[in-house]
Amino acid sequence: MTEHTVSSYDDDLRNLTGRIAEMGGQAESMVEDAINALVRQDVKAAQATAAKDRAINKMEQQIEETAVLIIARRQPMAQDLRQIIAALRIATDLERVADLGKNIARSISAMDGKTPPKQLLHGIEHMAEIVLEQMRMVLDAYTTSDSNAAIAVVKRDDEVDAIYKSLFREFLTYMMEDPRNITFCANLLFAAKHLERVGDHATNIAESVYYVDTGKVLEDGTF
Amino acid sequence: MQDTNPNLKQDSDIRSNPIKMSGEKVTVHYGAKQALFDVDLKIEENQVTSLIGPSGCGKSTFLRCLNRMNDTIDICRVGGKIMLDSTDIYNADVDVVELRARVGMVFQKANPFPKSIFENVAYGPRIHGLCRTKAEMDEVVVTSLQKAGLFEEIKDRLDEPGTGLSGGQQQRLCIARAIAVSPEVILMDEPCSALDPIATAKVEELIDELRENYTIVIVTHSMQQAARVSQRTAFFHMGNLVEEGPTDHIFTNPKDKRTQDYITGRFG
Repeated sequence: MTEHTVSSYDDDLRNLTGRIAEMGGQAESMVEDAINALVRQDVKAAQATAAKDRAINKMEQQIEETAVLIIARRQPMAQDLRQIIAALRIATDLERVADLGKNIARSISAMDGKTPPKQLLHGIEHMAEIVLEQMRMVLDAYTTSDSNAAIAVVKRDDEVDAIYKSLFREFLTYMMEDPRNITFCANLLFAAKHLERVGDHATNIAESVYYVDTGKVLEDGTF
Repeated sequence: MQDTNPNLKQDSDIRSNPIKMSGEKVTVHYGAKQALFDVDLKIEENQVTSLIGPSGCGKSTFLRCLNRMNDTIDICRVGGKIMLDSTDIYNADVDVVELRARVGMVFQKANPFPKSIFENVAYGPRIHGLCRTKAEMDEVVVTSLQKAGLFEEIKDRLDEPGTGLSGGQQQRLCIARAIAVSPEVILMDEPCSALDPIATAKVEELIDELRENYTIVIVTHSMQQAARVSQRTAFFHMGNLVEEGPTDHIFTNPKDKRTQDYITGRFG
């Protein structure tokens, strides 16, 4: 896109998108670390991961301040305006993603030191891989303003939902088999639900990316 | 009616208002220099239409075609058709004075006559013979000043010179003067560019109220103003109408890159 006549305006917008990209990377790695800690049942790593949430909240606040300042100073129009509105929305989504990462990390200490069967952990791990890939794809789509990549992310969310449903059934079976499984199964189920929600936020972000690029709202039936 | 210019990006939405004025293939030359190229633009009744674009893009030239103000410039030639309802205003049998009563104009710089406030407003109705009695004239003057949102501020000073008012009041006096002859369309050429933000807000508020009874076309350099006051916006560039559509669309999601570049401040 052509540069603004006032070059500091471009600096402002680059600063904003840079911050979103950075926050996105942090939120994504928080979920990844939380899942790794869960799979390895590493309580210390889980605690360290949960503690990162505060820094991410701070980033969201800074993004909001930056966006409000740009609006006040530049009275943005058209794509610039859409970009700023999207940055605000995406920052909220990323903050939620980090919260969910924190929740996953915290669920580990609630398992009373009982290590769930490998097979169940594999299921979660597999789901996390896809969800994290969704996050990476949508953050790439954001930095490249690629609405087609955004559509691909939205389309793939069904896959995440399907995995969640099958994990749900699996956990239920385990819980019915032996009541001693209930505590860790319930916690793993929460973790899976949190991952499913991370996937939803990736979809939200994809919708924002699509909006920035096209000026249109991505609705069912758009693709 | 089919759009004759294939390059023009015009929203194909169904218009909810009747068309009050329309330009069809309007061209304007100042001597050898062409200032407008085949402009097709429809002005909806009881709506505010903003004309925006960089200096020299032809927006004021187009505005001035709408009540034949360009006739006053010797070297200016206008081609194409400009319709007011079903009349081509450039027809030979059109009385220009009467036309300008139907299509009034407010200029960038407030230009009250060097007369009293009352006389400024009464002048138009008088030369057009619109009032037979003094009482009728009084009523027209008061109503016009009221409609222009000025009456309350100056009701005790109607005999004082119009030039003694503040800039914002002078501009509203000019609007009252335009309203006094019961126009159907009011053209405004950057009416707020010399006003402070408060006076600007008053004029904008007024524009919004006037829309109920008049069709308004406004040329403005302030994008925010266009976004605030108008329902439709037309973007001109280098004598061409580039894009026209609902204001909401133009300022959030313009179709043409030139419009996008202009409204976001990217024009080199």
